[in-house]
Amino acid sequence: MPGFDFSNHNRNLALHAKGVPLPKATSTGTTIVGALYDGGVVIAADTRATSGPIVADKNCEKLHYIAPQIWCAGAGTAADTEFTTALMSSNLELHSLSTGRKPRVVTVMTMLKQHLFRYQGHIGAYLVVAGCDPTGAHLFTVHAHGSTDKLPYVTMGSGSLAAMSVFETQWKPNLTRDEAVKLCANAIEAGIFNDLGSGSNVDVCVITKDNTQLMRNYLTPNTREKKMRDYKFQRGTTAVLNEKIITKEDITKYVTVQDMGDGEPGVGEKMEVDA
Amino acid sequence: MVQTTGMLGEDGIHVDMGHLKSGEVNLGTSIMAINFKDGVILGADSRTTTGAYIANRVTDKLTRVHDTIWCCRSGSAADTQAVADIVQYHLGMYGITNDEAPTTQTAAAIFQELCYENKDALSAGIIIAGWDHRHGGQVYSIPLGGSLHKQAYSIGGSGSTYIYGYCDANWKENMTEQEGVKFVKGALQEAIKWDGSSGGVIRMVVLTKRGAERHLYLPDRNYEGPGMDRP
Repeated sequence: MPGFDFSNHNRNLALHAKGVPLPKATSTGTTIVGALYDGGVVIAADTRATSGPIVADKNCEKLHYIAPQIWCAGAGTAADTEFTTALMSSNLELHSLSTGRKPRVVTVMTMLKQHLFRYQGHIGAYLVVAGCDPTGAHLFTVHAHGSTDKLPYVTMGSGSLAAMSVFETQWKPNLTRDEAVKLCANAIEAGIFNDLGSGSNVDVCVITKDNTQLMRNYLTPNTREKKMRDYKFQRGTTAVLNEKIITKEDITKYVTVQDMGDGEPGVGEKMEVDA
Repeated sequence: MVQTTGMLGEDGIHVDMGHLKSGEVNLGTSIMAINFKDGVILGADSRTTTGAYIANRVTDKLTRVHDTIWCCRSGSAADTQAVADIVQYHLGMYGITNDEAPTTQTAAAIFQELCYENKDALSAGIIIAGWDHRHGGQVYSIPLGGSLHKQAYSIGGSGSTYIYGYCDANWKENMTEQEGVKFVKGALQEAIKWDGSSGGVIRMVVLTKRGAERHLYLPDRNYEGPGMDRP
């Protein structure tokens, strides 16, 4: 039979059923969105990465570079979105070099869907692909199993329902750049506040015919407040009952102490500083 | 449950659709294609679902594989897109190397080859309809197992179960284009009405010697317009 062999995956399932725990992957329980507007396309993402119930990273980057004018927002398994987008970026650069043309968004979309379909959903990458090429501005979603959609506004990830409710009530045709950015940021905020898997900040990327603008932490609606009180204990809070100083000579009874260089203590620790 | 071979149930009859991998995008669909006097008409709803969530409410399930050979896709979105992309590639090659457009039968045969040889890995129910100079309009259907059936008209997807009676009662041979559009629209309206997994807009493609013409009917206009996008 043609295609890949997934028997190891079946073995792992059987092992898991017998009680062997599977390793936990860091998942980007995510809100990612994208919207086309007159003259370009905007994508946005939250910045929370989770591992089960734990927030693994409070400010991670879910907006991935594919080409200067093509960017990707990723949801699903963090490692898979990271490596598939990196692989597509690499292959697209070679493709662009060999054809001598600017890369197209449909090309990346097709490469992604064919790659993900081959792995039958085992690569858990859910992506929003956006960009501008000689044929115009484009926006796609690619699911882990290899299906794609082409829409004027899209959402993905666990916060997609919250984000879509914003789009479905506020989106209108022929948005301006600023309106599109605001709408996408609002949609991500809906995910941040209403979805447990999403949180922290909003990253936005605006792509036009001749410019790409990545706005890292475009909104920071969850900055940590300064603590109202200082919980650090003052020096001397704990009474010193007795004190014993161990000299170098004492230690040489147990270990060999070797002086480095000119005998100055901790020479190796010294940092080189420009004059 | 006792482990059984492939996708068949313990009785060897009931196909287990639960093998759709979790989170897979599904086309819980209403699709159909009919023959009429001058060619064929393909029709489909526009709903794609992931579990209970509508992932796309304006999906285009009518896919071009050659200028006047199109298909209706049902089942897994990923599987049917992959199969349609491969067939489109083969027909594109065929058209160039033979300097002649492929026939609908050729297209259907390529679809069948892919669907039958990979039947264990695919969940794809496809209807192929096309117009060619040799045979005029033709409709073929390829259900889950990968068999190929030439039919006067074909209905498919989860919504089709609700319209077997409607289609059987209203079907006529050699309808005009107007009658054909009315038949397809009427059937799909019923399918959308009764099937929860179908909905959204009604898309249609009319294939004749004139080429391919697209129709669109919106629910907020009671499926009456805007109709054909002919200038």
